[in-house]
Amino acid sequence: MVHMKAGTLAVVASLLASGSAFAEQRVLTYYADYDPNPLAAMEALIADFEAANPDIDVQLNNFDHEGYKTAIRNFLTTDAPDLANWYAGNRMAPFVEAGQFMDVSDVWEANGLGESLASAKASMTIDGKQWGVPYTYYQWGIYFNKDVYAQVGAEVPTTWDQFIANCEKFKAAGIDCLTTGTSALWPGAGIFDYMSLRTNGYEFHMDLTAGKIAWTDQKVRDVFAQWAKLVEPGYITANHAAIDWQDAAALLVQGKAANYVMGNFAVATFKEGGMTNDNLGFMPFPEITPGIPRAEDAPTDTIHIPSGAQNVEDAKLFLAYVASADAQTKLNAALGQLPTNKDSTVAADDPFISAGFELLSTSYALAQFFDRDAPAEMAKIGMEGFQQFMVQPGELENILTRLEEARQRIYQ
Amino acid sequence: MAVTSSHGSTRTWWQQNQQTLTPWLFLIPGMFMFAVYVVWPILSSFWISFYDWNGLRAPDGSSTAEWVGLGNYAELIGDDAFETSLKNNILWLVLYMLAVPFGLFIAIFLNQTVWGIRMYKSLFFFPFVISQVVVGLIFSWFYAPNFGLLYLLTEWLTGTGTAILADPNKVTYGIIAAGLWPQTAYCMILYLTGLNNVSPDQVEAARLDGAKGFKMLWYVILPQLRPATFIAVVVTVIGALRSFDLVSIMTTGGPFGSSRVLSFYMYEQALSEYGFRMGYGAAIAVVLFLIMMVFISGFIWKMVRDEKEGY
Repeated sequence: MVHMKAGTLAVVASLLASGSAFAEQRVLTYYADYDPNPLAAMEALIADFEAANPDIDVQLNNFDHEGYKTAIRNFLTTDAPDLANWYAGNRMAPFVEAGQFMDVSDVWEANGLGESLASAKASMTIDGKQWGVPYTYYQWGIYFNKDVYAQVGAEVPTTWDQFIANCEKFKAAGIDCLTTGTSALWPGAGIFDYMSLRTNGYEFHMDLTAGKIAWTDQKVRDVFAQWAKLVEPGYITANHAAIDWQDAAALLVQGKAANYVMGNFAVATFKEGGMTNDNLGFMPFPEITPGIPRAEDAPTDTIHIPSGAQNVEDAKLFLAYVASADAQTKLNAALGQLPTNKDSTVAADDPFISAGFELLSTSYALAQFFDRDAPAEMAKIGMEGFQQFMVQPGELENILTRLEEARQRIYQ
Repeated sequence: MAVTSSHGSTRTWWQQNQQTLTPWLFLIPGMFMFAVYVVWPILSSFWISFYDWNGLRAPDGSSTAEWVGLGNYAELIGDDAFETSLKNNILWLVLYMLAVPFGLFIAIFLNQTVWGIRMYKSLFFFPFVISQVVVGLIFSWFYAPNFGLLYLLTEWLTGTGTAILADPNKVTYGIIAAGLWPQTAYCMILYLTGLNNVSPDQVEAARLDGAKGFKMLWYVILPQLRPATFIAVVVTVIGALRSFDLVSIMTTGGPFGSSRVLSFYMYEQALSEYGFRMGYGAAIAVVLFLIMMVFISGFIWKMVRDEKEGY
């Protein structure tokens, strides 16, 4: 499972770079789960870091992305590296509570990260301390097919009522107003997040995912009542429960669907399907309750120091480097995602990246995503409930009762 | 007597006990493996099922597990998802049994000497050779909404396409149908070998007595196929209870958990991305184990009885 190649490459690179100084080098081990493209980007960052700190040798061990989620549970105890990848929000809570991640509040303080990483600070904080450093995130929103909008004569909506009104036009033309593919469950959670954030606002949504609010609360019912405006008239792609998100993306590309609530990573898929900047559009999710401060979903990827790390000092140096504006600018340009440091810059020639940077840096607050904000178990039951609601809206009462029972058990 | 006893005292301990010890010596490697890889994991599943544990250890190596006694089992009773899984498992057990008569039918159909029959036989056997994962993929494309063959067919016939895997009431039947395809082939091959051993004399005699058609099958052929039927039932029952691969590949338990079976639910709770409830997963595993034990003890009991009666 472990690919040693990256590590070996780093060793060879450092050998070439430092020559005789090799013997004095301090080793910094880093376990990560990058796909090929991000891996190249991170290797470039590591090369820069090593050039700036010739006495440190970063050895990157890259794992398979899915396998990593299981592997980290073992290696943190048995063979802790100095640095490890993970995710922000409630996803890191089990490791923080088990004492597996190190408190890095001092890195935040010493480098003024509370200021420059302000938008991601809340999601890195548990018990008032920071437990890692974010290096990238991306925006969620609605991607739409401009050709289809032109075909039925619809305007890009800014309010929920306009959005619903457009749906009627799409329905009449035999086009799915909103497409999604929930066979892996999580795409449905993206829709829920936005319904909830736009209906009741950020604080209520975070309280809900933190288990402080009953799922049978009237304000939660309001969320589903708004959502029902899409579900009951059949504006959402039928059979979405058996469709992968990529297959739903194909529907948008083919003009069989108009809108798709998705993360920015989907742009690559739309473009592979033949869409271009000319006919692929992006808009923030429209306003539902007027006057609520606009919050967005922005899942954040992070780097942590395990408690069992050998070389803590250099690991903190590396975190500070990853958090810096220049490093994040370069890394995210290669990743095709957004830097979390507000002083970084993004490529102006990619309309989706610049729209996302604008969207997130002006937003009131950022949610991580339902399956990172809520504990894993609640996330699973919740996402099944959302999927069921979009198939059987009449079962809402049962779904909410089930979620409420789960909440009382999970957060006790 | 005196001679033998004095002679016996010169024999070493090993020589005296060789006869009784040798079989145990041969058994030791097998018993060791069985104990380490079967008995111990079973016992530790039982043990873990009494804990609430997320699989993590503290940095000093101590476990973060918390003793909850029968709490996990109490939770199972009120768990809708567990009930759905149990129901689906029963559905699997009952419907998967169709593989036995289907297999018998095809075996009888193929048990003739026509030119190229070996090729037909291997074609029928083919689905059993390909992996369950591939079977699952083929069927999920067959059922896929918008472009699947079945969807297009039903759309052409009725005007609206049926997406089996998106419909909570049909999804389990859809997966079982996919499972029957290779399982029928397996039963068929068991019956084909069985049919080779059917005594031609008895068939001849029955024919002289005027038996034919269904009566011939029921009273003459089937009794001689009893060993094949037994094995076919055993592998089908176990196959039905182990139905994990197809569920995992075709639906991952969805839509909203309606196609879960116990083995998949166990995996979901204990090992999947949103799981890591080791204790709860272990409790499900224990229940599944006990259900399997009912069948397995039944089979063993029958085999022992048959052996005594000298079948």
